[in-house]
Amino acid sequence: MSEFLAELIKALTLQAGYNTSLVLVGAALLGGAAGGIGVFVLLRKRSLVSDAISHATLPGVVLAFMLASYFFDDGRALWALLIGAAFSAVLGALAVEWIVRYTRLKEDAAIGTVLSTFFALGIVLLTLVQSVYQGGQAGLSDFILGSTAGLLYQDALLIAVSAFVVGLVLIFKFKELTLLCFDITFAKAQGYNVASLDRLLLFLLLAVVVIGLKTVGLVLVIALTIIPPVAARFWTERVSHMVLIATFIGALGSWFGAALSSVATDLPTGGLIVLTLFSIFLISLLVAPKRGALAHALRHKLFQRRVHERQGLLAISRAEPVFDPLTQKILRKKRFLRADGAVTEEGHQAAQKMARDQVLWNAYHQAYPIEALALEDWSLRPIEEVIPKDLVEELSEELMLTKVRLVQ
Amino acid sequence: MNDFIQLDFPSLLLGTLAALSCGLLGNFLLLRGQALMGDTISHVVLPGIVGGFLLAGSVAALPMMLGALFASLFSVSLIELIKRAGRIEAGAAMGAVFTTMFALGVVLLEQSGARGVHLDVEHALYGNLESALWLEAESFQDLLSFSKLFSLPEDIWVLFFITLLVILFIVVFYKPLMITSFDAAHADSLGISSKWMGLGLVFMTALSAVAAFSAVGSILVIAMFICPPATARMLTDKLSTQLWISGFIAVLSGISGYFLAAFGPFWFGGQDSVSAAGMIALMAGFLQVLAMLFAPRYGVLSRLFFKNRFHNQ
Repeated sequence: MSEFLAELIKALTLQAGYNTSLVLVGAALLGGAAGGIGVFVLLRKRSLVSDAISHATLPGVVLAFMLASYFFDDGRALWALLIGAAFSAVLGALAVEWIVRYTRLKEDAAIGTVLSTFFALGIVLLTLVQSVYQGGQAGLSDFILGSTAGLLYQDALLIAVSAFVVGLVLIFKFKELTLLCFDITFAKAQGYNVASLDRLLLFLLLAVVVIGLKTVGLVLVIALTIIPPVAARFWTERVSHMVLIATFIGALGSWFGAALSSVATDLPTGGLIVLTLFSIFLISLLVAPKRGALAHALRHKLFQRRVHERQGLLAISRAEPVFDPLTQKILRKKRFLRADGAVTEEGHQAAQKMARDQVLWNAYHQAYPIEALALEDWSLRPIEEVIPKDLVEELSEELMLTKVRLVQ
Repeated sequence: MNDFIQLDFPSLLLGTLAALSCGLLGNFLLLRGQALMGDTISHVVLPGIVGGFLLAGSVAALPMMLGALFASLFSVSLIELIKRAGRIEAGAAMGAVFTTMFALGVVLLEQSGARGVHLDVEHALYGNLESALWLEAESFQDLLSFSKLFSLPEDIWVLFFITLLVILFIVVFYKPLMITSFDAAHADSLGISSKWMGLGLVFMTALSAVAAFSAVGSILVIAMFICPPATARMLTDKLSTQLWISGFIAVLSGISGYFLAAFGPFWFGGQDSVSAAGMIALMAGFLQVLAMLFAPRYGVLSRLFFKNRFHNQ
């Protein structure tokens, strides 16, 4: 086990040989680019288009293999296979668009149709190739699940460089893509060509999918564009931050996953990368500060305590007994109640203050009903903390007058 | 002819049954905008199947089915959780979950040494229809003899009963399924719970996906949940007609796809058959393309034709 760890650390710190290091850098660049692009795809609500695109690459890969083995004798040149993949992926993306635009079928049906039909064609061609080129096609099924095991130096370089280029394009077009996702009308008014921006986004997505085919495999490559943005969504509400976080998560997950697979060589690279990404997602889901599950539970708990404390104090101010065990516990903890249930001096003071606040809150609600509705914690916090001091004074003066009149 | 009944007939039956059960259920998924539910489920069952295999230690159908069913229900709840907790759109939540579950399945598979037995990833993706054999059969007369029919492979029987169950489900719940699919709010106001009908549909989808999956692989399952219903949707506006047409299309692609895969390559001088599951899915896609182009009322070409005629008048 310690040997495994030592080797993993060696791989992670780029000391496990030149080729492995290059694969890791390539995977990280790819993961980062995919994560960043994925944010825009997520915001455009088109995440599953990548599913259609990735499955649509298979027939192109197999056809490219057939052509390449006919013309160059060796069909396994990565660049040729990737060009074939890109070609049929473009056809697949166009087919999705065509179905959505010209038939009555919706986008989900279009995606399903394209992915299953193209993939089926790829499988049929693959079995055909297997019967014609006995053994020569060995690397082809790597494209389905991904493998970095047999990656040549120039292939790793190709992946790293093209991922880097995609990342650069993303940085240059950042502002336009943000506009596209949030305010199409404004983008149009600013003179941007929205259709061509949408096409650019699709093109970037396609590039990432094609580059990732060999490393992650066509079934799982879409995870690179979906999981990091979904995880990043838990950490922030701002697009620019979300892109940064998704890029970081994508790069980190791919780096770690690829390092794992370079040590555990019998496990598929794509699977390990996706599982690493999902672990990061789970952590985000749990511990992210605002939207995470733990933060959510904590907020709920605090809210519950506040309501109980308030109800308890109001009961004390009306000289009513407190029955609810949770309320009793909270009041006792704050030393408003003694262990035998008697109200302490502090308790009386706090109750008085709470009753006064409540009266003020009610007055505020009557005077400014709309503003009061807009407040998230109306009547749950001391009133001076929420609304301006002069307004509180004004309200209490008015109340004093009425009170005086009542007393008289 | 003996060859046919022993080697081809069981595969043909298996492919056609899988196509039929998935194709019929797909109609309701399509109407609800959940067409990709089939895609999701056919990916997430993998870890369940491998897990069932690991726990039982053999390739028995029942533990693998249970594992797959558990995996798909677990995934559906996980998707729902992610959607709500992160306010994330359904597509992305589905994508995140099904890729992860599939990755888990792939890693488990390689890890477990299950590879040799008859579980491997290629098998999960495009199945192995051709491995279904009925060696006990001698002639077509055996189709009428009960004792012989019992010797059909287990997969076929499982799928047969599940197809019957699917048909029964649709017949019994036709009205509520229809109303909840078209107008969930209206259904709820009538006292028909759209939530429970939706869950029932997901359960049946999982059941038939799982049964079909182990026999024909995920690609055929995905294709059959979508293509026959989509083809039928191009041809009619009436749900009952759509169900009949989709059933017919599913059977048609099952039969024609199998024959093309098993015998087609030899007509063109090939030496080996190609993947039957792939070919059946491809036929379903091809029929859908025909419908999208030439459907009498909604087809792209027919609409173009009518529009021109209208302009000329």
